[in-house]
Amino acid sequence: MSAHDVAVPAAVEGDGARPSGRTYGVLLAVLVGVILVAPYFLYPVFLMKVLCFALFASALNLLLGYGGLLSFGHAAFFGFASYISAHAAKVWGLPPELAILSGTAAATVLGAVFGALAIRRQGIYFAMITLALAQLIYFVSLQSEFTGGEDGIQSVPRGVLFGVLPLTDDRTLYYVVATIFLAGFLLIFRIIHSPFGQVLRAIRDNEPRAISLGYRTVQYKLATFVISAGIAGLAGATKALVFQLASLTDVHWSMSGEVVLMTLVGGMGTIFGPAVGAIVVVSMQNYLATLGAWVPIVQGIVFVVCVLLFREGIIGVLSRWTKRPL
Amino acid sequence: MRAEAILATRDLTIEFKGFKAVDGVNLNIEQGTIHALIGPNGAGKTTCFNLLTKFLTPTKGTILYKGRDITALKPAEIARLGIVRSFQISAVFAQFTALENVRVALQRRRGDSFDFWRSERVLTRYDREARELLEAVGLADYASVRAGELPYGRKRALEVATTLALDPSMLLLDEPLAGMGHEDVDRMAALIRHVSTNRTILMVEHNLSVVASLSDRITVLARGKVLAEGSYATVSSDERVVEAYMGGMHA
Ligand SMILES: Nc1ncnc2c1ncn2[C@@H]1O[C@H](COP(=O)(O)OP(=O)(O)O)[C@@H](O)[C@H]1O
Ligand SMILES: [Mg+2]
Repeated sequence: MSAHDVAVPAAVEGDGARPSGRTYGVLLAVLVGVILVAPYFLYPVFLMKVLCFALFASALNLLLGYGGLLSFGHAAFFGFASYISAHAAKVWGLPPELAILSGTAAATVLGAVFGALAIRRQGIYFAMITLALAQLIYFVSLQSEFTGGEDGIQSVPRGVLFGVLPLTDDRTLYYVVATIFLAGFLLIFRIIHSPFGQVLRAIRDNEPRAISLGYRTVQYKLATFVISAGIAGLAGATKALVFQLASLTDVHWSMSGEVVLMTLVGGMGTIFGPAVGAIVVVSMQNYLATLGAWVPIVQGIVFVVCVLLFREGIIGVLSRWTKRPL
Repeated sequence: MRAEAILATRDLTIEFKGFKAVDGVNLNIEQGTIHALIGPNGAGKTTCFNLLTKFLTPTKGTILYKGRDITALKPAEIARLGIVRSFQISAVFAQFTALENVRVALQRRRGDSFDFWRSERVLTRYDREARELLEAVGLADYASVRAGELPYGRKRALEVATTLALDPSMLLLDEPLAGMGHEDVDRMAALIRHVSTNRTILMVEHNLSVVASLSDRITVLARGKVLAEGSYATVSSDERVVEAYMGGMHA
């Protein structure tokens, strides 16, 4: 038989569907460069907020963009971790690194529980169960004493990192937060471009086929859910120390919606999209703050415009124009 | 039950809201044969496949593989036993290149698929074997083409290559020739014959001339029940089979 009897469609650029490592290398270098110089131009606290949400959105994107699962309850992990982190630093007097670690661990465990309950559901049912479970956490946070109810946990001490580096200075804390962000971001990058990530993509692409090849797909999805919850927790735990506050805002369902929004605006299923989405949304909230009650409305309009104009999100569109995965 | 049956069913039945799509089916697939499952549309052939691979759970009946009761297993476990199916609608990973499609199967067999801390570059170690498999199904030139962009016949060939990567002892092929042009049909029929060496194949197919030339044994299904069974000569001369085909089969 001749292999040439049908025209061979154009091969995908480079070695298969994977991008050249060089594109990513350059973009990562640019990212690190921007992160290093940013505090000389913008307020460190604003930047730290952006970084926390960028990490949060990247964690959600791992699940949504690469696992194909829409969680509408990720605020539970973000907010729960921030309560634990704040409590650990303030009440237990733990140093910041252990406070953040406690929050992250708590979110990971919570993720395992929620994941085990939700992971077999598909599509909208999965979103609804995650939302319902997150609402449970919200009501517990509202009622229980440990969270401080409506007041939240205030005046959380930032402490001294590893017993040597006081974090009271915003600029110092900024570089710590930037390091945490980069660590989380690179972890996600590695997961996506690992043998595990390859299977995850196969499952998202065609789950029955993956099963018929012998993959226990539920295990892969559950692992992704737990990792995603853990990293969302890392972001929340860090944010509690930055703002020295853990509050109901962070466990509220609207927070879950906001992080989905960031991911969609930036481009789900792209590496850099969620971070870009976080920059857009957080900037909007900050610079439009004078509009008061109008902020959510403006935000809603931006969202609708985004969805209508570029459904793949900002980075998704760029990725299509430049013909390379970003 | 013949001693050499590799896959057998006893009274296999599934009911959808009172409607028996598969009704008391007893199958005996002999080791090393090509066994065809034919019948009019809606006879329950695909449902049978779904039951055998546990994508559906039978209401009643048992499935035996090499004498072992596998009725309670999950679909992924069935695949791990060496029973691998194809789908009526071709099933490839559309976003992956042809090479990656085969690789993802090789990767499963080797079992390093949970490594999330390593670079996917380690997967290049499967490239050589994956290329050999692509070559075996005539896809050598398509290795770096995205599977979604392959012509239909090539997609089916890729599906076979991916399946073969698992080196299954048994293949279940659901209408492997459907929607193919002449040339593709001949190529695929030759391929099926080629891969049947040392393997058992259960195949649903409407192309009766291919069924006649390929299969050792044929089971005819109609309205969920086994209508006839035997060689092509036996089955094709059976009155009830002829009747069932007149009454609605487009083959
Ligand atoms: N999940 C299901 N729910 C209800 N009815 C089904 C389901 N799957 C198949 N059927 C019915 O079972 C019958 C057999 O279908 P199928 O096995 O696809 O036939 P074949 O593959 O032989 O053409 C059809 O009448 C179909 O409508
Ligand atoms: Mg069918």
